[in-house]
Amino acid sequence: MIATADYIRILPEIVLTLFGLIVMFVDPLLPESRNVKPLGIIALIGSLGAVAASIYQMRYPGPAFWNFVVVDNFSIFFHLLVTIAAALVIMASFEYLRVQEIRAGEYFGLILFGTVGMALMSSAVELVLIFIALEISSISTYILAGFRRRDAGSVESSLKYFLLGSFATAFFLYGIALMFGATGSTDIPQIASALRLNGAPLLAYVAYALMFVGLGFKIASAPFHVWTPDVYEGAPSPVVAFMSTAPKMAVFAVLLRILFVTESPSLLAGSRPVWFWWVWGSAAVSMTLGNLGALVQNNVKRMLAYSAIAHAGYLLVAFAAAPEAGISAAMFYAASYTAMNLGAFIVVSHFANAGERYVTLDDYTGLGRRSPLLAMTLTIFLISLIGIPATAGFFAKFYVFSAALKANLVWLTIIAVVNSAIGAYYYLRVIVAMYMRDSTQEIPVMRVPAGVTATLLCSVAAVIYLGILPGRVLEFATRSAQSLLR
Amino acid sequence: MNPVATPFFFYFLSAMALISGVLVITRKNPVHSAIALIFTLLSLAGLYLMLYAPFVAGVQIILYAGGIMVLFLFVIMLVSVSRVERESQFNKQWLVGIAATAALGVLFILVYAKGKSVFPERTVQLPEQLNTQQVAVWLYGTYMLPFEIASLLLLVAIVGAVVMAKKRI
Repeated sequence: MIATADYIRILPEIVLTLFGLIVMFVDPLLPESRNVKPLGIIALIGSLGAVAASIYQMRYPGPAFWNFVVVDNFSIFFHLLVTIAAALVIMASFEYLRVQEIRAGEYFGLILFGTVGMALMSSAVELVLIFIALEISSISTYILAGFRRRDAGSVESSLKYFLLGSFATAFFLYGIALMFGATGSTDIPQIASALRLNGAPLLAYVAYALMFVGLGFKIASAPFHVWTPDVYEGAPSPVVAFMSTAPKMAVFAVLLRILFVTESPSLLAGSRPVWFWWVWGSAAVSMTLGNLGALVQNNVKRMLAYSAIAHAGYLLVAFAAAPEAGISAAMFYAASYTAMNLGAFIVVSHFANAGERYVTLDDYTGLGRRSPLLAMTLTIFLISLIGIPATAGFFAKFYVFSAALKANLVWLTIIAVVNSAIGAYYYLRVIVAMYMRDSTQEIPVMRVPAGVTATLLCSVAAVIYLGILPGRVLEFATRSAQSLLR
Repeated sequence: MNPVATPFFFYFLSAMALISGVLVITRKNPVHSAIALIFTLLSLAGLYLMLYAPFVAGVQIILYAGGIMVLFLFVIMLVSVSRVERESQFNKQWLVGIAATAALGVLFILVYAKGKSVFPERTVQLPEQLNTQQVAVWLYGTYMLPFEIASLLLLVAIVGAVVMAKKRI
């Protein structure tokens, strides 16, 4: 018999699945021209319901379904992150779907189903379940990337993402198989105890490497980042806002769980884990290549894609740092990054207009005068991405760098700081263009609809809240880190 | 239980899988490749049987040799075989190919030289009898959540196929 508490421990997933199914069922009943709003509202209720369910879960910590799923502070943190990101993207998509004539039923359905996968990734503690959840989230994002089917770029983006992504998933699966061969289990705590008892055989090293290849692709960290600019450029902008935040953060949750839980004995003993240099190198290369790549971009979407690579690098710095401070720093960074990156892409998405026409830096000239709201919010997100105080980005970087220094990673910290300075240049370039250069052509700015305004205000509020009062979130992250390392 | 898993059968089935696998990529006619692939899949099914996994062997024959091969043949019927035969079969990535082969060769020699020590002793005891029942008990017992959640994966894939393939958008 399965206890009721078990179902509560997967309640957010159940809510999301149910509302996804409702969206798909209601879709054919509505006239195609006027279905965006009702379907969007159903999807929004579903994602907010999942947020509520995640909060409700806090009272029922513990394992469920034969130790496949564990509800702890860590999983609730990422559940909230992913479901809130989904709700914000749904809210901001209404106008976009109407303008681009995208079918709403499948769009909202896939966002909800994808979120099920992402939510499950953060609470699953068994590699097979993690793999299936990862596939649900990946396949939904592959399809979402190709939703502007009339546009060749979108189809290219979807196909590229699909082919490379399935290749990467195969690596991850191979890693799971080898890990099973090395330890005789696919359950993460059992792998940890097997590795502690018998030491790590050569096979376990190979398994770690293969799993890191697969997951490193999904978080767009170098050297597996090459797909990012092309995919982000072609995919519909609200989808990019979604796929550059929610699935990525879910994969970070998986990485945190796999890397830290399986190696927790050696980490608590103060020695370096087997994957240390690998993560170190990937962090350094991601930061450098991402920032250097972003410098030369004229297309704002591509620039933000390279900046996403760089930010994956900063997050990996936290991985290489000491366990406890590192995990909480990574989690805080994940929350801040989600708020600022999602907001930035929503501004880009609204400004791009029908057919994603206006995305180059020249189009942004004089935006400060034409649409103060868009320009102001984008400025806040960009200065947060730089890491200027009073925004989320500042404390995120501060905690990561101080965790790295505490772990004596001086060189990595130097690389990270230099990279932050490089990054400031290209973010500021956009701000300068918006406020200090006059526009050469007349670009129509669409009226900002209520949904986009609400999303932007929520993201700005999150960025400023995390930038001024980071204490509560950080404290929650620290508690989660302790529950993870136990 | 008297083992049928003699080394002779192992080498015979492995050789068959390898030879037909090479044929799959070297034959010019796609129909020949498909038939060679059937032999690869069947010999793999035989290897599964030798590992006392009759369920996996059965699924291998029904799903791969049966269902998926029919799909392959359908696709082959839709493309023009005569034109495919005239196209060049190999690309020009010799360097990468040689590097990958060399790396694989080194790995092979390493495994051969180090022998069993590379692969740790198996810690999971596989039940030799009642294999199919065991699979069912695990699927609907311990592994229930992954098994059920896989249906969501299939649903997402179906929705995706419809979105991508629909004529009118």
